[in-house]
Amino acid sequence: MSGPSTATGSLKTPGRKRSKAAKRIARSFGKHLVLCLAGVFFLGPFAYLLLTSVKSIDEIFAVPFVWWPKKFYWENYSNAVKAIPFLRYTLNTLFVSLMCVLGELIAAPLTAYGLARIPFKGRNVLFMVMMGTIMLPAQSTMVPLYVLYNKLNLVNTYWPLILPAFFGAAYYIFLLRQFFMGIPQEITESAKMDGASEFRIYWQMILPLSIPAVFTVGLLVFLNSWKDYQMPLIYLNDPIKWTLSVGLKAFIGEYNVEWGMLMAASALFAFPIIILYFFVQKVFIQGITMTGSK
Amino acid sequence: MAKAVRNENAIGIRRRSRKTLMTGLLFTSPWIIGFFLFQLYPILASFYYSMTDYNLFTAPEWVGFGNYKKLFQDDKFYLSMYNTLYITVVGVVPHMAYALVMALLLNAKVKGQSLYRTIYFLPTLVPAVAGSLLWMWLLNSQYGLINMGLSAIGITGPNWLVDPDWTKPSLVLMGFWGTGTITVMYLAALQDVPKMFYEAAEIDGASKWRQFWTITFPSISPMTLFQLIMMLISSFQYFTEGLVFAEATQSTGGPENSLLFYSIYLYQQAFSFLNMGYASAMAWMLFLVVMFFTLLIFRTSARWVYYGGEK
Repeated sequence: MSGPSTATGSLKTPGRKRSKAAKRIARSFGKHLVLCLAGVFFLGPFAYLLLTSVKSIDEIFAVPFVWWPKKFYWENYSNAVKAIPFLRYTLNTLFVSLMCVLGELIAAPLTAYGLARIPFKGRNVLFMVMMGTIMLPAQSTMVPLYVLYNKLNLVNTYWPLILPAFFGAAYYIFLLRQFFMGIPQEITESAKMDGASEFRIYWQMILPLSIPAVFTVGLLVFLNSWKDYQMPLIYLNDPIKWTLSVGLKAFIGEYNVEWGMLMAASALFAFPIIILYFFVQKVFIQGITMTGSK
Repeated sequence: MAKAVRNENAIGIRRRSRKTLMTGLLFTSPWIIGFFLFQLYPILASFYYSMTDYNLFTAPEWVGFGNYKKLFQDDKFYLSMYNTLYITVVGVVPHMAYALVMALLLNAKVKGQSLYRTIYFLPTLVPAVAGSLLWMWLLNSQYGLINMGLSAIGITGPNWLVDPDWTKPSLVLMGFWGTGTITVMYLAALQDVPKMFYEAAEIDGASKWRQFWTITFPSISPMTLFQLIMMLISSFQYFTEGLVFAEATQSTGGPENSLLFYSIYLYQQAFSFLNMGYASAMAWMLFLVVMFFTLLIFRTSARWVYYGGEK
């Protein structure tokens, strides 16, 4: 706490030393207490989700409260899968998400490379305009785009959800640009001297060096597309084409007291990504901290 | 002779810079085309539509500023704007402060740092529909975990999702659960603060509290600015969570329309009532409000954001 003590620390009596150690232990204990409490706040809901998903309706509404189900009521899961075309919705969601990842990973790194490493005239203006579009609420372009897709007969298809990804989104381009800027110029200089084209430098040098960043962006795109509710809600009218978000939301109104089944459906919706996250956590966090720290 | 060489050089440089321009534009062309197609055209078209009566089926009918006039007499417009401002003002700053505190605690070399970080990050992976559904259950007034916990310490919990005074605080409470991304980003920013600053402050005898305000906070202020603006923008588009919570009362706007957020009302006008013109006017108002607040933050940021850690 107090600075000068470091200079005179060696002169202190053992008693004071001990009290200092005690203080440190107390402080670390306090810190862990707060961190653990926060951990309970973050994890508790998951536990409650899982516990509810394996309780029968009698146990869910039992008074007094039943913490641990006597017998795991797995039927909630099979009922949830039967009540909505769960597999179909999962495949729909997966299709849309993967197509968005594909599109974004074609368009975003290319644009980011142009903005980060080709010193062309007007580049800064372009970058400023791009950052400005991040502030544009999706709602302000929603109606004309819907009208346009409607005229092209693309409402109730997946095109409106996928197509924009193939042109790159400002936020992902920004993250990749920050990363590309951080790669030293010297690395590509000799290749340039040898007359390698910008595309070759991009494809054979910069991209391979940026795998963690590209991977992170791909994962963020996948996540955001997997979770999205508003776009599929607007564009997909046919229930068979729905994604999991829209399907689950429609399900809530219909089964609003069957919490066991609803929680089972939520678990089936949320846990694939959580499991995916555990596999890629290291690269992902690394990517976020690298791209986000600038 | 020398002049000719210089001329040739100048032409060479110009030619090269033109080639660079072409290459640059080629690389950035995906976004440029996308910008015209998905942003510039729609925002301009939206301004045109906002001046019309349009229901998708018949041709747009010019009404001038009629939609805007109607907007200013629409109680639901004010109510939805109020609800949105509420969730923004009451939500954004506490969520950021909480995330920062968690990041500070994690940054102080605690054991199990990465485990805690994972735990805090997990909820952000949960889709909004699933997360909101889970919180609806947690906040259930009779059987929910939260009110049961409160009654265990002798407090009768409110009727979170049904009492119009408590619906928005419920959403703010749920929002704390999803602060993991900000925590992770703050943690990264904290780890970038040069250690020697603290060593110097330690020698000067500055207290931890003082160190936070003179070193830590200024050093991470660019991150704070970035997060503040991103959260503000997404808060003004608050949609999914409000719509799911409104299911508790089987309505679109929740109890007494306390969950009728601006984006929900806009969605309703556009896609339930097919008032495309009116919805476009709403979209423009939203655009202006978001611009106003963003610029306001940028203008004040000169006073509290420090770049490069030099200051």
